[in-house]
Amino acid sequence: MNNKKMSNYLWYLLVILVAAPFLFPLLWIVLASFKTQSQIVTSPPLWIFTPTLENYKSVFVDQQFSKFLFNSSVIAIGSTVLSLIIGLPAAYTISRYKQKVLGVFILLARLMPGIAYLIPWFMLFTKLGMVDTYSALIASHMLVGLPFIVWVMVNYFDGLPHELVEAAQVDGCTLQGAFMKIVLPLSGPGILTASTLAFLFSWNNFMFSLVLSSERTKTLPIAIYNFVSYAEVSWGSVMAATVVIILPAIILTMIFQRYIIKGLTAGAVKG
Amino acid sequence: MTRFIERNIYWIFPLPAALFILSMMAFPVIYTMWISLTDWSMTSSGAAQFIGLQNYTNLFKDPRFYNSIKLTLYFTILAVGVETVLGVGIALILNRDFKGKNIVKGILLLPMVATPVAIGLAWTLFYEPTIGLGNYLLQLMGLPVSNWLASNTSVIPSLAIVDIWEWTPMVTLIVLAGLAALPNDPYEAAMVDGASQWQVFRYITLPLLSPTILVAVVLRGIDAFKTFDIIYTMTAGGPGFASETLNIYAYNLGFGYFKFGAASSALVALLALVLGSSLLVLWMRRSWDQ
Repeated sequence: MNNKKMSNYLWYLLVILVAAPFLFPLLWIVLASFKTQSQIVTSPPLWIFTPTLENYKSVFVDQQFSKFLFNSSVIAIGSTVLSLIIGLPAAYTISRYKQKVLGVFILLARLMPGIAYLIPWFMLFTKLGMVDTYSALIASHMLVGLPFIVWVMVNYFDGLPHELVEAAQVDGCTLQGAFMKIVLPLSGPGILTASTLAFLFSWNNFMFSLVLSSERTKTLPIAIYNFVSYAEVSWGSVMAATVVIILPAIILTMIFQRYIIKGLTAGAVKG
Repeated sequence: MTRFIERNIYWIFPLPAALFILSMMAFPVIYTMWISLTDWSMTSSGAAQFIGLQNYTNLFKDPRFYNSIKLTLYFTILAVGVETVLGVGIALILNRDFKGKNIVKGILLLPMVATPVAIGLAWTLFYEPTIGLGNYLLQLMGLPVSNWLASNTSVIPSLAIVDIWEWTPMVTLIVLAGLAALPNDPYEAAMVDGASQWQVFRYITLPLLSPTILVAVVLRGIDAFKTFDIIYTMTAGGPGFASETLNIYAYNLGFGYFKFGAASSALVALLALVLGSSLLVLWMRRSWDQ
């Protein structure tokens, strides 16, 4: 009895030891965001200190982070919604009619390094005068979100029984009607998974925004990167900015944890 | 109208997506290949000239190119290797039902969803030789301090550590899903036969798990190969060129020096490498299945 309890406690200790390294840096970032510059640079590190809000004030007031929050949100929501609109029907036919070639084609986009598209995109959007527009950024972010949505949804649709659609068709429903009225409502979990991940990937995107955005459409990752481009680095502000940018991701993760895990491991395990 | 849609849904449904991919992916890639055959650059006067394979000959003579391939391979193999071993190990530890399992899974997700640029900046502070936590922890453990990102020898491992921190959970979660899908029969048979824990692991778990582990390794390998955000943010390829992976090299050529022709040839080389390794893996998997 004692032995079993002991090994249980030890095992829980092991779990904590395993999980701690992944949590620790994030906790440190949050702590640092409430410190002053001198408090951050002291060594050994300060665990007990009076917190200050001046970093957050600097981030929102001096650095206009609300504008960047807005930009990132518009682009993330826009690219996710558009990717869903064109991706869901495509995923359905790929699953239903086994359109392997199209499927591979779309998935190829996941393989390719984003940088391979950047030069032509930059040229194209410059010619069209579309650099630093939401449209250009949304389109580029869609190239990351769309393949992912298709990947997740093809897997999901593969698991849906066709009888429901066939039954609806017998009742006089068109195939596209059945898709809208039966398949989609049943696909809630899959859509939730796919869109959460597509949103996150857009939110976190750096490379495309780096090249295609400028003052008007600057997104959060670029804004935070610009923090340290200047000589004097205010680490507190950087940490506060970090908290602001990863907070939506953390909240989404806590709410949709199950779906995110499903999405990230989709297709990895057979049966 | 609706009848038309229904009869042709086979191609109507996928059409927008296919067109989008064609215009945003296929044409740009083909166009990049075309540019790689010209000397187009923002600094040259006059229009771009067709110069055939000259960019490629320059590329293959450029030591920075070979350096970038070497560094890319070094980073990828180091990061993915450690992620695989750690990821599988952690999955094996966590593979039982316990209170708080969901909380642990949630914690594991956090490094993956946190914005890489921000994480990169935070780790830069962590790696700061004088004020950073990194050297403080090393000193606590009685180990010599390191220059982390500032030294040629430690920069790639330092970057790899960040990648490992970010993505080991991915391997763990995939392997956990795989473990959950394992059949019970072999284990029951092994228990009847009195097999030891190690034997069970070595002869049952590991073989059954290897397809899943392989998928995780491939997925991580592809993404690690393409790593850009953390490297660009933390070192921009430095110090010198000590962390200039192929990705960063191509980016520097294109958007640092604005030599689009040369950058495109580096990109085509990168694409060839990525496609080549993917095909290699697919071929290996096919022969594995037999």
